[in-house]
Amino acid sequence: MLKTTSISHNYSASSSFSFPDISCNSNETLLVLGNSGVGKTTLLHILAGILSPREGEVLIDGTSLYKLSSNRLDRFRGQNIGLIFQKPHFVQSISAEENLLLSQKMSGQTPDKSQVKTILEKLNIYNRKSAKNYQMSQGEQQRLSIARALINKPKVILADEPTSALDDDNCESVVQLLQEQSQAVGASLIIVTHDNRLKNIFNNYIQIN
Amino acid sequence: MNILKLAWKNIIHNPLSLLLNLLLLTLGIGLINFILLLDNQLKDKFDKNLAGIDLVIGAKGSPLQLILSSMYHIDAPTGNISVKEARPFLREGHPLIKRSVPLSMGDSYKGYRIIGTDYSILDLYSAEISEGKRWSDTYEVTAGADVAKKLNLKIGSKFKSSHGFSDDEDLEHEEGTFVIVGILAPTSSVVDQLLLCSTKSVWDVHKHQGEEHVAQDTVPAPVFDMSRSSLLSFGEEDITSVLIQYVNKTNFQALSMPRNINENTDLQAASPAYEINRLYDMMGTGTKALQLLAILIAIVSAISIFVSLINSLRQRKYELSLLRVLGGKPISLFALIILEGVIMAILGFILGMLFSHIAMTLLGDSLSDKYNYDFRAWEVHGKELYLFLVSIALGFFAAFIPAILAYGTDIHKNLSQG
Repeated sequence: MLKTTSISHNYSASSSFSFPDISCNSNETLLVLGNSGVGKTTLLHILAGILSPREGEVLIDGTSLYKLSSNRLDRFRGQNIGLIFQKPHFVQSISAEENLLLSQKMSGQTPDKSQVKTILEKLNIYNRKSAKNYQMSQGEQQRLSIARALINKPKVILADEPTSALDDDNCESVVQLLQEQSQAVGASLIIVTHDNRLKNIFNNYIQIN
Repeated sequence: MNILKLAWKNIIHNPLSLLLNLLLLTLGIGLINFILLLDNQLKDKFDKNLAGIDLVIGAKGSPLQLILSSMYHIDAPTGNISVKEARPFLREGHPLIKRSVPLSMGDSYKGYRIIGTDYSILDLYSAEISEGKRWSDTYEVTAGADVAKKLNLKIGSKFKSSHGFSDDEDLEHEEGTFVIVGILAPTSSVVDQLLLCSTKSVWDVHKHQGEEHVAQDTVPAPVFDMSRSSLLSFGEEDITSVLIQYVNKTNFQALSMPRNINENTDLQAASPAYEINRLYDMMGTGTKALQLLAILIAIVSAISIFVSLINSLRQRKYELSLLRVLGGKPISLFALIILEGVIMAILGFILGMLFSHIAMTLLGDSLSDKYNYDFRAWEVHGKELYLFLVSIALGFFAAFIPAILAYGTDIHKNLSQG
């Protein structure tokens, strides 16, 4: 589970952000809604262990992220946080399957092909395992993103605008897929978005301004 | 999928820039090694064939030419000298001279030189008979190991000689059929490339043929057996040169002998050690220029690796951030980029080695056609290990700054821009 207390951050004296406290239990989904420019990406990066906030604490399963040494934070992030980017980013030179194997390796686990196979099958893209990401359709890339976020069975899955480029039908199915898969690994799912359509799907949301 | 494998995948993901980098590396490293190979092998050849010879005496002309023709058999002789003139150096019992070897040349068979001499040449090059016997009668030949093998000469094989040293049938002597009576064991010296016969055989071939070679005296020739004294009983007959070993190389009189000969006789005396060093000096200038060029290309290849890595970093800034998000440490990114540089350098080294040894094989073939010299083109020399380490260092330093940049990847900034 994820819990934050009185996070605030500023890049310069003139622009500062304070965020409401967030709490999200395992198997739960939390929507963080907000318009552009309110610091959604900043919050996401703080939650993901990428950006150290000026003040406040982020607890994941009882571990305070920014009290870890930077090496241990890297390792912790790899093992416990699954991140889904707005645009799908992959290592270009290697295949879909290899990207997932790399994910396992980077987080300090032993790469396991059968596990990769299971998750690719679950997301219906196992037949594309040898494709490079630029050879895949946008939908396939998004599924691969989700697969990568799940592969290490993280405690928390953070999704950055996963639906912004999708039509209503696809929006709903992607979000459902996300929710199902997060629950399958028992993770907390936090979706950071400006997409108000999602309010109709999830009742658990907070608004930031 | 580990860092090493990822580095490899990244390299081959960009085939064009890989091609350019490898091309430059291959040229740079290959050229450096080629020069080293050539230098080594030539020096090796020259040194081996020094055979403890302290002095070469022959007709006036270029001293280097005298050395090259008499010791290495790769240039035309400077001319001939008469037995009478050479007599003081050929006779037994000279207080300063341990061994002297008379050489008569001018003919060849299929590009291999026929040398009229006596058995002292076998002692000089520590050559032993492996088959048959030593030449003794006129037109009898004992062949060096390489000639016998290359021309497939057996005991009893017969051939006619050609005038000059090129393989030209138009210049074939009509008279005098040589016969192989023996084959020498390999010595890895120049003797392996020679056809040895008596001095008299060389005279006889030329007596029968052209007017210019006809001896001026019509007095019946003395009897010739293989002994030195029978050689010295001739007077106006020509030989080409004499190879000399001193009793004591540091003897003062021995040291002044070349100058005495050059100043007081019509002969020329040349010191191999001195002339060969002069030759190395001359080669050295050319080699140095080539070496500089090769080093320049190697530096350009390092710059090319540097530029391609910097460019790829720009394209890969999300990828690198991604690796960090996935749990990779900054040092892993550093290692990734360094590995990319080093792997390219190792590939370049391997291709460079192939390039230089293939070039050496080709050059060796053409040199051995021309001079009947064998080069061991695929022999690995100690400096190749050193060159390997230099290549790795080149890859490392070319990748160092890009790797530092990768180490400092700001994940938050990169991902916010995406």
